[in-house]
Amino acid sequence: MTSVPAQDKGKDRAIGAVRRIWRSISVPLVAVLLGLLIGGILLFVSGANPFEAYGALIKGAFGTPVAVQRTLEKATPLVFSGLAVAFAFKAGLFNIGAQGQLLIGAIVAAYVGFAIEGLPAIIHAPLALLIGGLAGALYGYIPGVLKVYTGAHEVIVTIMLNYVAINITDYLADGPWKDLSPGNVVARTPKIQPSAEIPILGNIPLGFIFAVLAAIIVWWLLYRTTLGYEIRTVGLNASAAQYAGIRVARMVILTMMISGFLAGFGGAVETLGIVGRYQPGFNAGLGFDGITVALLGKTSPFGVIPAALLMGAMRAGASQMQFSAGVAKEITDVITAFILFFVAADVIVKWLIRQRDSDDERIMLSSGWGGN
Amino acid sequence: MELTAKRQAESSNWFIKNRWWVLIGLILIGSVIYAYATNAVVTTAVLASTLRQSTPLILGALCGVLGERSGVINIGIEGQMLLAAFVAFLANVYTGNLLVATLAGLLAGGVMGLLLAFMSVTLKMDQIIGGTVINILAVGLTGYFYVSGLTTKGKFQPIPLGPLADIPLLGPVLFRNPPITYLAIILVFVLHYVLFYTRWGLRTRAVGEHPSAADTVGINVFRTRYINVIIAGAIAGLGGAFLTLEGVGSFERLMTNGRGFLALAIMIFGKWTPLGSWGAALLFGFTYAMQTQLQFSGVNLPPQFIGSLPYILTILVLAGFVGRSRAPAAEGIPYEKEG
Repeated sequence: MTSVPAQDKGKDRAIGAVRRIWRSISVPLVAVLLGLLIGGILLFVSGANPFEAYGALIKGAFGTPVAVQRTLEKATPLVFSGLAVAFAFKAGLFNIGAQGQLLIGAIVAAYVGFAIEGLPAIIHAPLALLIGGLAGALYGYIPGVLKVYTGAHEVIVTIMLNYVAINITDYLADGPWKDLSPGNVVARTPKIQPSAEIPILGNIPLGFIFAVLAAIIVWWLLYRTTLGYEIRTVGLNASAAQYAGIRVARMVILTMMISGFLAGFGGAVETLGIVGRYQPGFNAGLGFDGITVALLGKTSPFGVIPAALLMGAMRAGASQMQFSAGVAKEITDVITAFILFFVAADVIVKWLIRQRDSDDERIMLSSGWGGN
Repeated sequence: MELTAKRQAESSNWFIKNRWWVLIGLILIGSVIYAYATNAVVTTAVLASTLRQSTPLILGALCGVLGERSGVINIGIEGQMLLAAFVAFLANVYTGNLLVATLAGLLAGGVMGLLLAFMSVTLKMDQIIGGTVINILAVGLTGYFYVSGLTTKGKFQPIPLGPLADIPLLGPVLFRNPPITYLAIILVFVLHYVLFYTRWGLRTRAVGEHPSAADTVGINVFRTRYINVIIAGAIAGLGGAFLTLEGVGSFERLMTNGRGFLALAIMIFGKWTPLGSWGAALLFGFTYAMQTQLQFSGVNLPPQFIGSLPYILTILVLAGFVGRSRAPAAEGIPYEKEG
């Protein structure tokens, strides 16, 4: 009687796996439904037809292969900026500067893309991506170093650097790197060489595949390497980490650089895969949205992907909704806010679906944010 | 403990204890007098503009100070200001009464404060997320309900304070301001007094530093946090009302333009104190004012270089002089009553 037949064991395991998956997706799923419900009520109260609006939203996001492609395109930079913010959170750092790092990465990639001629595509595009990422890393290095050596709070420094990045990119796009082709009057860089473009495979942008790969690499780095273990230890308790012999200062700088790299890479993918040049305003808010995506994904590398897809789908569908149902696209922001609310207020959702509360899933990012 | 230290500081060795601040103050006064002697018009314009530029920032920062001193992080200042700016604007459009509009802004900010308190105190939600929810919600609501083509019914005008307004330099800078600017200055000192010299302030700080100790001596942690965060929201709301009723005079989408985040930075810069935050906000206002002056004076620099100055200067000052700052110890941690 001691041995259970192998078949039953496998069945138990399968049920266990299903239950675990249900546990991890039930709250986000219900949160999305509740967010849509509240958005629908708001639409109804303000005199719009919620079914018509949501119909147009879904059609605009998934209705045709082109719509799906647009959703993936919108989601791609969000995956990167979400990963950037989530990664910094793991070390207990709040990188509000993903926006600035993304802008710097985007414009540097554009420069490499338009200024270098005669390279084969297999070298040119990866080179531009890599240099864009490195530029973001360098921009992330500044708040890291200042925090370690002067104690300057990374939240202040990254907020300030966001503004500086806007000024730097505006200057470059309207000055030394300006598109001088006849007829152009706006501030923008020239179009990148065809060899620097990131192609679209069928309806799937290659950039999105890069984004998924990036999430896998970040997960591997965080949970399967010594470096990741040290970074997470610093995030849990910096003084204990110091005591255990982890070089906290080095980890802080390195984390900010990796975070900056991810954001910069995202900017580069946006430039080389979608916009085709750097133009001020085209990347506005993508880095800030990274905060939302990281929080929606519960700061897990794999959680970031569905979170970015959700936001990407709403972005892609919003214009269709505005066009055919006459509903202002900002309703998607209201919906996003409520989804985030219900994801974080899982107490409410779990009570609604009668699920037991488990402490281990709670996320707590803000504890000790002002400390060192 | 802090109270006794404060009292000691007030006694005879005040000058020695605060020698660096006295020195900085003397240098500032000296340079203002020198600048005034060189070019009276420009100096007056720059200083007056400094004060007005700093008003929404200090109001936002005071919102942050009050919340965080009671242990609640607020990264939703931006959203609170934006929504309040919008509500104040609508109230002005429909009633034409600036006082009613200001109150509507205060109320909108207070309601957003209530929402933040509900999320972070009652639901024990992560406070970074709570603030982010407020930011996105404000962008969504103001964008969704925005109707173009609405026109405001006037905005607040400067009120000269009698003979004080005729003092050279000081008069036009300090005593010829619109009401919300006066109110912001008064609030700085009121909050400084309340936080450091009253029973309520002591309780608030106790709750922010060590809630379980505060609880054992009979302070209601939840209530203290709720009240502080709601009042803080109303102060941010005043900052929003400033933008639509006093600064710009109308509403535009996303018009806060990151001021709430700047206010957050200013609060940390000012080490979580009202006076420190005011200093940081004034420094910021000054660099903005200088930026405008430099652009007018035709200095041969790309405008983006001048535009970066306030931010780079902040980083330099922070890295060079301010250094490490310590947040209230219990900040960000929801309080769980034991037993």
